[in-house]
Amino acid sequence: MTALALRNWYQVHKWTSLIATLFLLLLCLTGLPLIFHEEIEHYFEPHPELHPVPAGAPRIDYDKVIASALAARPGEVVRFVAFDPQDPLGVVLTAVGLVPPPLDGHSQPFDRRTGELFPPEPPDDGFMNLILRLHTDLFLGLPGYLFLGLMGLLLVASLVSGVVVYTPFMRKLDFATVRSGRSQRLKWLDLHNVLGIVTLAWVLVVGITGVINTLALPIQGMWQTGQLAEMTAPYKDVPPLESLGSLHKALESARNAAPDMEPSFVAFPGTQFSSQHHYAVFMRGTTPLTARLLKPALVDARTSELTDMREMPLYVKTLLVSQPLHFGDYGGLPLKVIWALLDVITIVVLGSGLYLWLGRRKVPLEKHLAVLNASGVGTEGKA
Amino acid sequence: MRRGLWIIFRWPLLLALLSFLGLLSALIGDEFYDLLSWLSLGVPLLLVGVVGIRMRRVNRPRS
Repeated sequence: MTALALRNWYQVHKWTSLIATLFLLLLCLTGLPLIFHEEIEHYFEPHPELHPVPAGAPRIDYDKVIASALAARPGEVVRFVAFDPQDPLGVVLTAVGLVPPPLDGHSQPFDRRTGELFPPEPPDDGFMNLILRLHTDLFLGLPGYLFLGLMGLLLVASLVSGVVVYTPFMRKLDFATVRSGRSQRLKWLDLHNVLGIVTLAWVLVVGITGVINTLALPIQGMWQTGQLAEMTAPYKDVPPLESLGSLHKALESARNAAPDMEPSFVAFPGTQFSSQHHYAVFMRGTTPLTARLLKPALVDARTSELTDMREMPLYVKTLLVSQPLHFGDYGGLPLKVIWALLDVITIVVLGSGLYLWLGRRKVPLEKHLAVLNASGVGTEGKA
Repeated sequence: MRRGLWIIFRWPLLLALLSFLGLLSALIGDEFYDLLSWLSLGVPLLLVGVVGIRMRRVNRPRS
């Protein structure tokens, strides 16, 4: 590589990093508690206690669960019913209207074996929600998502250019050498290089999947006006529903249509994820991967008969697979700990990069490179 | 000694492959696949630990 090309790559590394570093530090710091959000939430708001169910206990009737949930929240409607993948728990989400605002409604957990309803959970507007908003959209909605997505793209550019400028530094060093005996600057330069290259693949994957996650809202919109509209097209001119049919039967229809899958959540008619006339039952598989690849089964909300079930289009699947790869929530607690440690190392890489720039010497890059290449410029291309 | 690209990047390449393996295996399944994921994603962390220990040793002159 010529000195000029290297100089350009160095400029890319410098500027992409400089623009994004503060936001990336924010993302890394807020991401740390978010890795453990399930554990933190369970600690502060323990799951309702589940009693062992005696054999022959009455089976759950979902229509009764819905009726009691609505009785507990007069004046509200059901938006969603969701099912916990691990515990035999479900949750009924109600709000004053079918679509936001308000964004969040009230959630009432229930025992999926008996149908017993537990007291409503307090709305989620605490510390973890603050952290989540800072991590996802800076309280700005779609522009915030897209802005942080752009910062993610800068991160990717910074990683690629970082690998290129890593090369000349390592011409005369063994892998993972840290020259700690000489100057602070040299030590931190070596640390920046080794920590950056060691965590490269993970940061790249978490960065790219993070960028894809920032596109969640547009992807959702595309699916609603695309596949969902197609699936519900025959109902376009049907008059609005006067009352809802049985959810219990609707769930049975969906289960029969996909016997090797489990319901993940049900979107009620009129909500964002369904039509005006359907229960949209989103089915999930049983491996960590297929559990994310939801399959919508649309059930007529009057007759409880299945009307259509399809695979999600590729762009939705990409988003759904990006989620676990960004969150690190698909391999138990040890994977979350690994995620956290790699996140901390990333913070050190960002911090040391900033330190190296702040303490930069006023030496032109050419001179700097000349020192690095003292053993002979020009052999580089043959390497 | 001037090192070529292969010498410079062989270890980073191996670490990247291990990381990708770890990221994917926990997606494919549970139990064995989770364990495989922890072990292969743990290698970069282990290496960072080794770098840390080595630095401490260099800073503390042997008596």
